[in-house]
Amino acid sequence: MGLSHIFTQFYAVYGSLINFIGINSLLAISLYVTLSAGQLSLGNAAFAGIGGYTAGILTMYLNVPYIVALLAAALMSGAVAMILGFPVLRLRGVFLAIATLAFGEVVRILAINLQITGGAEGLTPIPDKTQAWMIFTALTLTGYFMAVLRRSRIGWSFASIREDETAAKAMGINTTWYKTLAFTIGAMIAGLAGAMSAHLNYIITPGEFGFSAAVQLLIFNIVGGTRVWYGPILGAALLTALPEILRGFGVTAGPVRMGVNGFILLMVILFLPNGLVSLFSHRKD
Amino acid sequence: MNLFAQQLINGIFIGSVYGLFAIGYTLVFGVLDILNLAHAAVFTLGGLVALWLVQSAGMSIWAAFPLATLFSGILGLIINAVAFVPLRHRPDTYFSGLISSIALAIVFESAAIGIFGARTVRFPISTIAVHIWQIAGVTITSLQVEIVMIAACLMAGLTRFLRRSRSGKAIRAVAENERAARLLGVHVDGIIAFTFFISSALGGAAGILFGLYFGALSPDMGRSIELKGLAVIVLGGMGSIPGAIIGGIAFGLSEVLTVAISGTSNLRDAVAFTVLFAILLLRPSGLFGRRQIRET
Repeated sequence: MGLSHIFTQFYAVYGSLINFIGINSLLAISLYVTLSAGQLSLGNAAFAGIGGYTAGILTMYLNVPYIVALLAAALMSGAVAMILGFPVLRLRGVFLAIATLAFGEVVRILAINLQITGGAEGLTPIPDKTQAWMIFTALTLTGYFMAVLRRSRIGWSFASIREDETAAKAMGINTTWYKTLAFTIGAMIAGLAGAMSAHLNYIITPGEFGFSAAVQLLIFNIVGGTRVWYGPILGAALLTALPEILRGFGVTAGPVRMGVNGFILLMVILFLPNGLVSLFSHRKD
Repeated sequence: MNLFAQQLINGIFIGSVYGLFAIGYTLVFGVLDILNLAHAAVFTLGGLVALWLVQSAGMSIWAAFPLATLFSGILGLIINAVAFVPLRHRPDTYFSGLISSIALAIVFESAAIGIFGARTVRFPISTIAVHIWQIAGVTITSLQVEIVMIAACLMAGLTRFLRRSRSGKAIRAVAENERAARLLGVHVDGIIAFTFFISSALGGAAGILFGLYFGALSPDMGRSIELKGLAVIVLGGMGSIPGAIIGGIAFGLSEVLTVAISGTSNLRDAVAFTVLFAILLLRPSGLFGRRQIRET
């Protein structure tokens, strides 16, 4: 009884919400890595999809152990990102965003048309293997990795590319390599998150990884803030819990929820350009 | 062969709507170098407001069309004032503008669902009289002809306006060099707002024509055309108006031909997005663009 009982009850009510917060935080961090090198990618939802399908196919058809499937998912997404990254990362700003978006659409259309991905109905039943502690272990490790990465040579190179790509190149930083590295690390995290999500929901469908999902990841990052690694986690946690929070205020209508979502994003971009973390973090960098 | 000709014609009809939508996108990009991702939400609202005027206010479509277009233009002014003006002097304005326009798109779409409901709605059958013509085995309806005529008139009008009129020249001057235009006495902020007005009015008009053509309107119909519009303007060259028109028709043709050849509608967008992808890698300035958008 006592504390553990309260915790068990809390988890019984909010368990799935907590799991979704964990998955969405991982996905938000995956985009954060790419953004920290100044590259706006809208392909991370597609990388999550690639990871989810890879892991799902492995555990469903080949009975591969869960942990191996997770690793395979991350590696698969990373490999696709690396192949895609070299040509695509030459594009600037909006054009990179459009190219990654087009890539995401091609992945979605492939998932609808291939046999092995289960077509438009999706891949199901994927064995239920993901548990809350696994998600949060992955999230903790990823967060730690981000904190370490930031203070490393790689992290500084990412930051210099974000601030001024031409200057970074002039300083002797191999910008192509570091941009591809950021893109690949992001894709691997997304692939991992997608694989965990597939084994949490029993199913993965092509629609989950389209344009709206990609934009949602961007929103998590902007609302939370992209200057520190926990910004995206804050954004993901807040916006994933928003429907529950609004329910607490008696708001259940779908359009109102969606409108509040958009309104928060608008207020943050207009008045807090470094996201909600800038409310209580005064570190400048 | 007749089937093939029929598909070509259908592709041109739907492509002209895509082109009209894409012109609005590309006009703002040409002037400000930013993407207005709320454009698709205006497309949706334009169509839904026209439907409301026809159905609930009992107007004829010929009165509802200009009114809803005007309403869409006003939405454009709101987008400019709320999402772009406050961010204009930030160093990362293209990025933050992208985000704030996404935010407004979400707000507009939720407003559309809240006001008009989440269901798919239709124009009443009697909205517009439809004659069906059979020419050499190809079926053409008067509605299709009217849609193409309206789209073509709007496109031609815009092109002429940009070439000849004083405001049109001012828009091109701001697109060329904002600071020089300001020094020459162009009221830059007003011209930018006006550009948003025209762009959104065209986007809303495209939404109405789309709704008439398919007979159905839903609050999320902007989502698919948003991506198609992006594909069209990249294909035609960002900022190029003839490029957007030709890109739109090419995209419409590629859609119907993919369906006709593959026999399944699942692959409809695949060709288009693969082409978009290839163009970005091989010739990112598009077919008619001149901008440098890649590292040298």
